[in-house]
Amino acid sequence: MRTRDIAGSAGIPACIERREARTTVSVLIARLQARNLALPTRGLRFLSAAFLCLFFSGCRGGIQSAIDPAGPQAGRISKLWWLMFYVCSVVFVLVIIAALIAVVRSRSKQSKAARVEKITDKPKLSLSKAEEQRMTRTVQGAVAVTVVILFVFLIASFSIGRSLSSDMENKGLVTIEVTGHQWWWEVRYMDTNPSKIFTTANEIHIPVGQPVTLKLHSTDVIHSFWVPNLNGKKDLIPGKDATIWLQADQAGVYRGQCAEYCGLQHAHMALFVFAEPVDKFNAWMDAQRAESVAPSNESEQRGQQVFLTSPCIMCHTIQGTQANATTGPNLTHVASRSTIAAGTLPFTRGHLSGWIVDSQSIKPGNHMPPIALNSEDVQALLDYLQSLK
Amino acid sequence: MKKRFGNLSEETFPLRLSPFAFRFRRRARIIALSLWLVVVIFFVACEREKREFRQAPPSVRVNVIAQSDLQPGSVTPPPPTSNPDEENAVAVNEGKRLFDWYNCTGCHAHGGGAIGPPLMDEKWIYGSDPAQVFSTIVEGRPNGMPSFRQKIPDAQVWELVAYVRSMSGLLRKDVSPTRDDHMNAKKSEQRTEEKQPLSTGASKSSEQSK
Repeated sequence: MRTRDIAGSAGIPACIERREARTTVSVLIARLQARNLALPTRGLRFLSAAFLCLFFSGCRGGIQSAIDPAGPQAGRISKLWWLMFYVCSVVFVLVIIAALIAVVRSRSKQSKAARVEKITDKPKLSLSKAEEQRMTRTVQGAVAVTVVILFVFLIASFSIGRSLSSDMENKGLVTIEVTGHQWWWEVRYMDTNPSKIFTTANEIHIPVGQPVTLKLHSTDVIHSFWVPNLNGKKDLIPGKDATIWLQADQAGVYRGQCAEYCGLQHAHMALFVFAEPVDKFNAWMDAQRAESVAPSNESEQRGQQVFLTSPCIMCHTIQGTQANATTGPNLTHVASRSTIAAGTLPFTRGHLSGWIVDSQSIKPGNHMPPIALNSEDVQALLDYLQSLK
Repeated sequence: MKKRFGNLSEETFPLRLSPFAFRFRRRARIIALSLWLVVVIFFVACEREKREFRQAPPSVRVNVIAQSDLQPGSVTPPPPTSNPDEENAVAVNEGKRLFDWYNCTGCHAHGGGAIGPPLMDEKWIYGSDPAQVFSTIVEGRPNGMPSFRQKIPDAQVWELVAYVRSMSGLLRKDVSPTRDDHMNAKKSEQRTEEKQPLSTGASKSSEQSK
């Protein structure tokens, strides 16, 4: 009994001290102080400021951001996001304050005598009735507030989820079929007149201020269509039809990304939405409906021949030529697009030649096999592809 | 100490370890060894799913094709060629995908045949050997089979060869495809029982129709 008393009274403060000293930050401070450096607190302050800067640097928005909405639906989603953010921030701060109060109060309230009492086999475990009632009321209150907050979130997200599609339904003037492939997007502009239907890839042009209907399909695995600035996610499930509506109120370029893991190159499956004024959009549609431009010089003619006699023709379409395969992206107006390989690289001559000769080093696992061509044929092919505006 | 550990003298352990440390070290070695064993066993079956990203470019060489069975002297059978893709489930599945993509299904359907001969039966007009199937695809055959020379890269042709042979159950069960991406029209290649190839040559009717 005696030994335990001694160990208890002397041991506890020592133990606390040791435990405190064990935390890395305090070790760091202690070491720096030992070297007579005045820096630690200022340095730590600087570090935390830098960390916070880094933390909030993602909040600027941009061309792929759900909190920088460019359309009515994304606007509603971002409102929901901010509601959740503010409520959760308040809850977080309150919880931390409550935790701090609990720690500080138990320290001050429990006198040293009480702590000694605990150690000497006579713990005072029973609470007074008033104390117990107060605690019960606190817990009940917290549970009630939590349930209310969760219900507010539930109702808010449910109603916003419904409103995303309900007021757009059957209003889209332009209907676009978007098909997910491993790992690119096929984009097909539908029309009641079959001769006006055309296909492109990885780029969707839409008129500003008009709702657009997107019909989503997949041919292989589940993908998910997500252009955060315009709307929420929608999954593309093989064998099922899904529909999503987009409306951009501000002209601009918005980046989208496959949002459901779909295999090796899921990360390199991007698309761009170009919101343009109506007349510009119509001009773009007319240009895309046209057949591919005929080769204008000898090199381009040779390039076309290379295209038609090499493995290219097995997968790609160039309208106006014999190439009519549909397993790869449509290349009729490939030079009018700004990227290649689903947003992986910008459309430049150098990137394009790298892609043709050895696409597997750029996007390992993609379904385009390497094409062995002699360098003159490659140059001619590049001339031809770059002419396909 | 010496007695206890037999011939392990102090030369082996010059640091003069305590019995506990020694026992610990021996145990650690046993654990490390068994871990290695587990790792080795774990990776033994990896070849089955090995993926080749950087395939060989398409062929420019001219494949020699025999148009006639007649030859001087005694019959010399062609050397059997092995197709490494037939040991690889990934390659066979790629072949299955390409079979659709390159529109083989347009004539052969999903193996049952349509305007082209069926591929899931035991009859092989131009031979069932991988090399023979390869040259059927690359060279084409009379009465409709087009030549895919310089259209399909060699590596993909070998994948197609592996898949075509899996359709009549000629491949190992553990590398043959197990399911279709669309509705199943027939038993999966894995569940197809092996059909011993019969070399039939071109049928009389197709000879006459020439």
